[in-house]
Amino acid sequence: MSHTHYLTDAQADAFGRELDAIRDEIKASLGESDAAYIRRMIRIQRGLDIGGRALLFAGVLPPAWLAGTAMLSIAKILENMEVGHNVMHAQWDWMKDPKIHSTTWEWDTACPSDQWKHSHNYMHHTYTNVVGMDRDVGYGILRMSPQQPWRPWNLGQPVYNALLAGLFQYGVALHDVEFERVLEGKKTWRDAWARLKAIGRKTGRQTLKDYVLFPLLAGPFFLYVFSGNLVANFVRNLWAYTIIFCGHFPSGSHTFSAASVENESRGRWYLRQLLGSCNIKGGKVFHILSGNLSHQIEHHLFPDLPSNRYAEIAPRVQALCEQYGLPYNTGSLARQFGTTTWRVLRLSLPGGQSLEPQLA
Amino acid sequence: MADDRLPAATLNSARWLQRAAGALTWPLNPSDYLGALFADTAGGNAVVERIGHPTPDAVTLTLRVPRGFPRHRAGQFVRLGVDIDGVRHSRCYSIASAPERDDGCIEITAKAIAGGRVSAHLNELLRVGARLQIDAPAGDFVLPEWLPERLLFITAGSGITPVMGMLRSLDARGTVPEVTLVHAAPDAASMIYGDELAAFAARHPQVTLHRVYTRAQGRFDVSQLDAVCEGWAGCETWACGPDALLQQLEDHWQQAGIGARLHTERFRPRVPQAGDATAARVQFLRSARVVDGRGDQPVLDLAELNGLSPAHGCRMGICHGCTATLKSGCVRDLRNGKTFDEEGDLVQICVCAPIGDVEIDL
Repeated sequence: MSHTHYLTDAQADAFGRELDAIRDEIKASLGESDAAYIRRMIRIQRGLDIGGRALLFAGVLPPAWLAGTAMLSIAKILENMEVGHNVMHAQWDWMKDPKIHSTTWEWDTACPSDQWKHSHNYMHHTYTNVVGMDRDVGYGILRMSPQQPWRPWNLGQPVYNALLAGLFQYGVALHDVEFERVLEGKKTWRDAWARLKAIGRKTGRQTLKDYVLFPLLAGPFFLYVFSGNLVANFVRNLWAYTIIFCGHFPSGSHTFSAASVENESRGRWYLRQLLGSCNIKGGKVFHILSGNLSHQIEHHLFPDLPSNRYAEIAPRVQALCEQYGLPYNTGSLARQFGTTTWRVLRLSLPGGQSLEPQLA
Repeated sequence: MADDRLPAATLNSARWLQRAAGALTWPLNPSDYLGALFADTAGGNAVVERIGHPTPDAVTLTLRVPRGFPRHRAGQFVRLGVDIDGVRHSRCYSIASAPERDDGCIEITAKAIAGGRVSAHLNELLRVGARLQIDAPAGDFVLPEWLPERLLFITAGSGITPVMGMLRSLDARGTVPEVTLVHAAPDAASMIYGDELAAFAARHPQVTLHRVYTRAQGRFDVSQLDAVCEGWAGCETWACGPDALLQQLEDHWQQAGIGARLHTERFRPRVPQAGDATAARVQFLRSARVVDGRGDQPVLDLAELNGLSPAHGCRMGICHGCTATLKSGCVRDLRNGKTFDEEGDLVQICVCAPIGDVEIDL
């Protein structure tokens, strides 16, 4: 699939200019209310974190355990998605607050921030959905595009997929090690080992905090705190997996060949981001809990614009798509997640060319 | 400030507790959570205690600094972070209070600069109770440990502020040596600290104060040196004020062969205007390389052309993998023409080109 199908070069340039104009307009309008938004979000997140952990100390009472676990789960989801992911995308760098800055932020998950910024901000966002370049297409373990050749071990894909969902933070952590490239000899073991050591240190501190120190602090209630933290991390893994897989793999999403992105213009880069990304419909709270990745299209067009602005940008992008006759992939969580899961199952078997979007 | 007076055992257990708390709040600090629970400390770590207007276009701020804030040396400055429309702007201000002051506060005085966003904000919009971000004191425009016998100070406008810190410190220590102070301002009404200086001189007979009102008397220059301070060449001299004055003094001291006896402190230099392919010079501080380039070449390209290989990613301004700290000068984002000219600005070197002389922390 190539993205030359939809627009001529001149049209793509014009499309790019319109998007540039939206970007510049939003950038110029950023101000105090945006700063207040992210600071409020961070306070809410930390408040939920403290509240959840405090309630878990009383976890011997079932309602306290349930409420504590729920609060901690939501805190961890907000921390990873609406706050961490977006801060590390440099969405809030314009504030020049060193405490809310992409270069200083570290998040509450197994993956070290510097590795994530490389694999995600650079590799994934620059080469979105380019098979063989964007490693988010299957994370090196799943066959997510019919363009990827089928191998017998792809038969186990439904199992790998379930494991990835449950252990998502560790999957993300190992992402930048790029094991398959090491095996292919494209990357040295020394490099991989250095990354693994950093991941080990980070995971060690995370494990110490959630599974040793906080449970020990609870004394006789060790197990209540331990189990609450375990469930919260698990819930966050499942949620992050769901949102992120719905970003690029629902039915209708395009993948691209490496050849098609050579000498790509800015307009075509925008077009590829649009064709390779999918939105999820939902209410305000849902958007926040998804880190506004429910506006995946807007996020991929403007990865460093503050997430609280994606909702107002979305209708403008959609209108632009209509004007240029371009698809704008959006749907309910059930539709997007259902078709994503179908893709995982279907591509565990050979073939699957019918999953490629039909060109109008 | 309180920390250096605590016994070692208390300090040790405090450190141990801090580490334990740090492991629980990793990757954040305990203070990040305390901020979320109790006070909204987002604006910064210092609180505006008092606001005064010594002259119509100047503002004197008394700032309560955080506990444990390092004690400054008289004459040093602090970098203040001020949030305006959600953006933190950083400016350096000399500390006008003495290090001996022990109420947990410092004083700074800022003059309104025409078109100056930060000074206008401090002068007009700031309210008591507001928070500002304050960094540790820095600078080597300070008094030496061993005081020379004769001191000469030459200041103009808000250039008096670091010297005010020095004089107040000498006063507090009760060791005021022979001092000559020349302080210039347009007129009496716009002279910062004029009355306090007069009172200081009246209290200490060994202090000679020359107040120069430039609107009536014209600018102070080196031709008047002998008149105000006989034997100026034998004095240790500190000067702070506009660039033209300092340049003149530096030349004069150099010619007299005593350049080392003159200490100067400059305000922020002006930024040159942007031009497309005009010549520019980039200094890469960490690799100690100076590179000539043009105003339409991204800093990243310049670095690579000259054998450096800074970390980077997309080369199109998306991934922020190349972000580097601007130390001085000005760069322009080639995508939209936006300029960055504040020390500490984090700039994407793959899309930013230099204007004039630029220093980058790379």
